[in-house]
Amino acid sequence: MLTQIEGSRAIAETVALCRPEVVCAYPISPQTHIIEAVGVMVKEGRLAPCEFINVESEFAAMSVAIGASAAGARAYTATASQGLLYMMEAVYNAAGLGLPIVMTLANRAIGAPINIWNDHSDAMAVRDSGWIQLFAETNQEAADLHVQAFRLAEELSVPVMVCMDGFILTHAVEGVDLLDQSMVDAYLPPYEPRQILDPDNPVSIGAMVGPEAFQEVRYLAHLRQLDALHRIPVIAEEFFAATGRHSGGLVHSYRTEDADTIVVAMGSVLGTIKDAVDIRRDSGERIGVVGITSFRPFPSLQVREALRHAPQVVVLEKAFSIGHGGVLATDISMALQGTGCVVREVVAGLGGRPITRLSLEKLFYKAARGELGELLFLDLDVEVVDRELARMKAGRRSGPSAENVLRDLGTTRVEGQGR
Amino acid sequence: MTKRPIRFYQVGSFAVGNRLLRDDERTVQSDPHRSNSIDSGHRACQGCGEALGARYALDAAMRATQGQLVAVNATGCLEVFSTPYPETSWRIPWLHSLFGNAPAVATGVSAALRVKGRSDVRVVSQGGDGSTVDIGFGCLSGMFERNDDVLYICYDNEGYMNTGVQRSGATPPAARTATTDAVGPQPGNAFGQGKDLPRIAMAHDIPYVATATVADLHDLEAKVERAMSFRGARYLHVLVPCPLGWGSASNETIHIARLAKETGLFPVFEAEYGTVTSVSKIRRRTPVEEYLKLQKRFAHLFGKNPRPEIVTHLQEIANRNIERYGLLDTADAPLARHATTAEVRS
Repeated sequence: MLTQIEGSRAIAETVALCRPEVVCAYPISPQTHIIEAVGVMVKEGRLAPCEFINVESEFAAMSVAIGASAAGARAYTATASQGLLYMMEAVYNAAGLGLPIVMTLANRAIGAPINIWNDHSDAMAVRDSGWIQLFAETNQEAADLHVQAFRLAEELSVPVMVCMDGFILTHAVEGVDLLDQSMVDAYLPPYEPRQILDPDNPVSIGAMVGPEAFQEVRYLAHLRQLDALHRIPVIAEEFFAATGRHSGGLVHSYRTEDADTIVVAMGSVLGTIKDAVDIRRDSGERIGVVGITSFRPFPSLQVREALRHAPQVVVLEKAFSIGHGGVLATDISMALQGTGCVVREVVAGLGGRPITRLSLEKLFYKAARGELGELLFLDLDVEVVDRELARMKAGRRSGPSAENVLRDLGTTRVEGQGR
Repeated sequence: MTKRPIRFYQVGSFAVGNRLLRDDERTVQSDPHRSNSIDSGHRACQGCGEALGARYALDAAMRATQGQLVAVNATGCLEVFSTPYPETSWRIPWLHSLFGNAPAVATGVSAALRVKGRSDVRVVSQGGDGSTVDIGFGCLSGMFERNDDVLYICYDNEGYMNTGVQRSGATPPAARTATTDAVGPQPGNAFGQGKDLPRIAMAHDIPYVATATVADLHDLEAKVERAMSFRGARYLHVLVPCPLGWGSASNETIHIARLAKETGLFPVFEAEYGTVTSVSKIRRRTPVEEYLKLQKRFAHLFGKNPRPEIVTHLQEIANRNIERYGLLDTADAPLARHATTAEVRS
């Protein structure tokens, strides 16, 4: 049933349909609306039997999920940004133990400087943790991906993170077709754990493993992720068969058939990119888009197949590895080795900086003319950067950069230091 | 159950031997059909107090729950020596996640069991003093505050022994550790407030808080049993001497644990809902030197350059505990007849 609904609310309703048994959460913007809504449903008794645990930190949230999952319960939590970093040790642990926890990541920048708005730095920080990371383009896809995530996680005994852009998706009200309980029940069987804490059949979970076997355990985790590359499209196909909706999968191409330039991105910015691409297409440029839904496992073969015929690939991403460049771009370059494709990296939308259609049109215009450098920061205010660089050069105690930049922009005024 | 004759070697100690107890109060550790949570063959050091404490505590918990028990373990000696790959000593379902999250993991297990309608299965969470008073303190306090149905047991050996004897928030003043060496004008650990976790636990008003030592295993068993009779968050703090970290002889573990209690340095008591309900009295005021001198970590207080003022300071801590918990029965043992701080000083 198509409903006008906030993204967070749609996630909560969908998670509820998945019959979670233990939900634990610690509030952090922009994840709060999701867990608040689930909390209400648990308290009303709508999800019984389900325990909602208000924990004292994100580290505890993931730890409670670990305990619950190991004891055989379907466990769910949600976080963002600093919260993900605070739980990071447990994030790795959940994957290492092979516990099929599902977590919503309401993507948000990482401080300092503190910033509550959207980018993908948080997801990139746990890229190597062993979690499956699926990126939603729309609220509809974000909701649908949660059902697929539980199915995938429990089939493979691997935790799954559904990444959705903070505020841009979580707080956007738009039409979402909410699933019905019978469909979800048919699609998602009850959780049958591969390992469980059971007094009648005691096992030790989380034993110490030394050099003699650690590499094998890690390799097995890698194999499970490779399995996921096969299962993700199948699960998406079955979801399509049940709902008629194309949600999930590995990668999605848009107008790439004859493209000279293909733009690659993840998450909600794909919508704006497609609009800009349509406009550039109207002016005769041959440009297309590939959206990556599954970032981990990384579908190298599918990416290569989707991009190899394009002479130029522009990777636009909301995160970067400081001192190096794009994170997604590095993976794309690896996938395209030997194809001759030229990869251009564009870092955009950090800390919630709007990625406008106009900026993208200009970017694509330059791309079509081969005018893009290797690494570009979209809409970077070079003047502000230069002023701070000059200040740092002028004297040792130039002060905190973030405050200086805000002062330059007129956002902050300090008495007696008029600039 | 057929009884087999048991021999005792506890001559000259204050320990209560089986021969003094009624049948139903006797220990079952010598029975071939006893509960067995931790198998022999693990890699603990000789004389390890933690191995002994954990075994008695968990065996008692197994009996109290008819074997319907799950254990969560923090990283540390107990975790490492009990599960060297590919072996495990655990005869109960056992989960190790991280150093600082054992209370929260146990909360998750407990919640899952409730959802599954298996409230008959009980959860014990355990760790050393490092994971309890330091790195896992937030998770522990959260578990207490929510009153989750978990018994948390801290095996306190007063330092990070697994990583090579570094100072923890539970290391006593003046004790030498690898990070508070016995050098400089203030040798050993600094004097300070310390973290008195049993009292912090009591401040949460949880159903049950108790302390115990491995010197009185019947007392430890009784406290575990008592703890398992409550629902909600419970805390048991067990002093477990560490021959390696304390620099003591491995055959002195029990003796040292007993002296910790008898000096008043480690008060043994029970509390329910934030109020002390019973204390284990001490027989006489034993000077702290008797306890300190058996441990190389305090050797710098007695060597060529003795530090009597530091010993006095430690005695004052013991005296304060004796006052606070009423450890000495003044009617039976008037203070004047026993060593006072002044006498200890002289």
